[in-house]
Amino acid sequence: MIIKTRKDIASSEITPESVYRERRKFLKSSANVALGAAGAGLLSPAGIAQTGDSLFARAPADINLASKPDWLLEKVAQSVPAPESGPYFTDETKTPFDDVTTYNNFYEFGTGKGDPANNARDFRIDPWSVEVAGECGKPGTYTLEDILKPHAFEERIYRLRCVEAWSMVIPWIGFSLADLLQRFDPNGNANFVMFQTLVDGDQMPAQRSRFASIDWPYQEGLRMDEAMNPLAMMATGVYNDVLPAQNGAPLRLVVPWKYGFKSLKSIVRIEFTRRMPNNTWNDLQPSEYGFYANVNPEVSHPRWTQASERRLPSSLFKPQRIPTRMFNGYEEEVASLYAGMDLRRNY
Amino acid sequence: MNNLAKPVIFLLCLWPGAYLIYAVYLVFTGGENLLGPDPAQFLSLQTGEWAIRLLILSLAITPLRYLLNWPYVFRLRRMIGLFAYFYVCMHLLVFLWFMLGWQWGNIGVEIAERPFITIGFSAFVLLTPLAATSFNTAQRKLGRNWKKLHRLTYAVSFLAVMHVIWIVRSSYFDAVLYGGLVFVLLGYRLLRKYSNGVKGFTLIR
Repeated sequence: MIIKTRKDIASSEITPESVYRERRKFLKSSANVALGAAGAGLLSPAGIAQTGDSLFARAPADINLASKPDWLLEKVAQSVPAPESGPYFTDETKTPFDDVTTYNNFYEFGTGKGDPANNARDFRIDPWSVEVAGECGKPGTYTLEDILKPHAFEERIYRLRCVEAWSMVIPWIGFSLADLLQRFDPNGNANFVMFQTLVDGDQMPAQRSRFASIDWPYQEGLRMDEAMNPLAMMATGVYNDVLPAQNGAPLRLVVPWKYGFKSLKSIVRIEFTRRMPNNTWNDLQPSEYGFYANVNPEVSHPRWTQASERRLPSSLFKPQRIPTRMFNGYEEEVASLYAGMDLRRNY
Repeated sequence: MNNLAKPVIFLLCLWPGAYLIYAVYLVFTGGENLLGPDPAQFLSLQTGEWAIRLLILSLAITPLRYLLNWPYVFRLRRMIGLFAYFYVCMHLLVFLWFMLGWQWGNIGVEIAERPFITIGFSAFVLLTPLAATSFNTAQRKLGRNWKKLHRLTYAVSFLAVMHVIWIVRSSYFDAVLYGGLVFVLLGYRLLRKYSNGVKGFTLIR
């Protein structure tokens, strides 16, 4: 039997982290000074915090956290690099750190793609606790350290497909969701598991907005067998560092075969339920977003096609428009979960 | 002040478009990317926002003239309207070039799958004859019909707001802002039309 040893070069070691971040910061700030400063106020009467899509709204790529707990940094540093084959790996080009951390949806911080990076400055993850409730043997309030300590972290490179028809390839750090859920002893009545994101208007400005139609907290759910599938992941880091606030620190779900909105961020509550829990986007627009939200090129969103996607970063003159794959390319691992189901009805 | 207003507003209207064209030029020549990881989306959003903002501003000229008693603003209306059309054209160009990649075969699918594109395109079609008849000679030749023709702006602004509402995912900020402004500006005209001689409406004549 041949045992392959892993190479010790991790994803981001090729260019030292500090170097590429500083360079980006410098370029951004100099561009903003040269072109933006004079016009910024006039150019965005609609308000940056609301739309976030002002010409100059992109924050420099940064881990926006008030502090990074030492024990967490240590655990992230000790994580096992991604394997070189199998479902936890893809050789597709990774979306750069800068884009992963400055261009995403996190509606608690605003609806613009740059809002999370802009408005999540100094987000506090220390102290943090997660409430576990419902159909399980060990309900209670657990500190972040309680939640994370027993798990060895590993890197997994996953595709992420947003329901808005763009996608990225991201090296997450974390562990199997199943390993976490099993610790709470779910009982025979636990058919589903529900998750909720933090509600904190002081730190999350869009939760104070009158124009958001979302009824906070943001909530998502999985069927128990989906949650126990080894692909489902609890992420605590990205690109060999702790998760930035804008990407869902300190704890977020990553369910790579489903549209991105299922992978909710900054989790504070886990509840095992007998019945199918509500989920935020389904509550908002039931005809457009279902409970399952599996990536499926054959089932269009009512307002746009899901047959293809823009892989980011895309280029202006050569857009990276690629066909979308069934279950986002994880068909082999998850198709059996939906055997016999009509995926057109259960979208 | 009047002498300065026109060039200053000209530059302000030009600024975002010039910046975007410069950013596209930078990408074309292999320079820094100021447009982010999803450049087509960013350009589309920016050109669209500026188109509707300037369209609304052009609708605000008449009320401003009376409310501020500043007849000079009438002289800015054509320029602002043409700038709105300029951004509409850029918006369409971004869609055809950077999003559709000139693949005309896909346009049928796009229109069927995304009705807001049809609405947006209708607005462009309605706006085109207005831009084409904006110069003095056309204005003189069309006489009374010129004014009638240019009332198409009301329909265009309605379509533009529908276009915005249709792409909302969860925040109604833009839809409420632009929809509200158009509602007020068109409402003002209705009031003006039907309030002749009614006391209390002297302000808006």
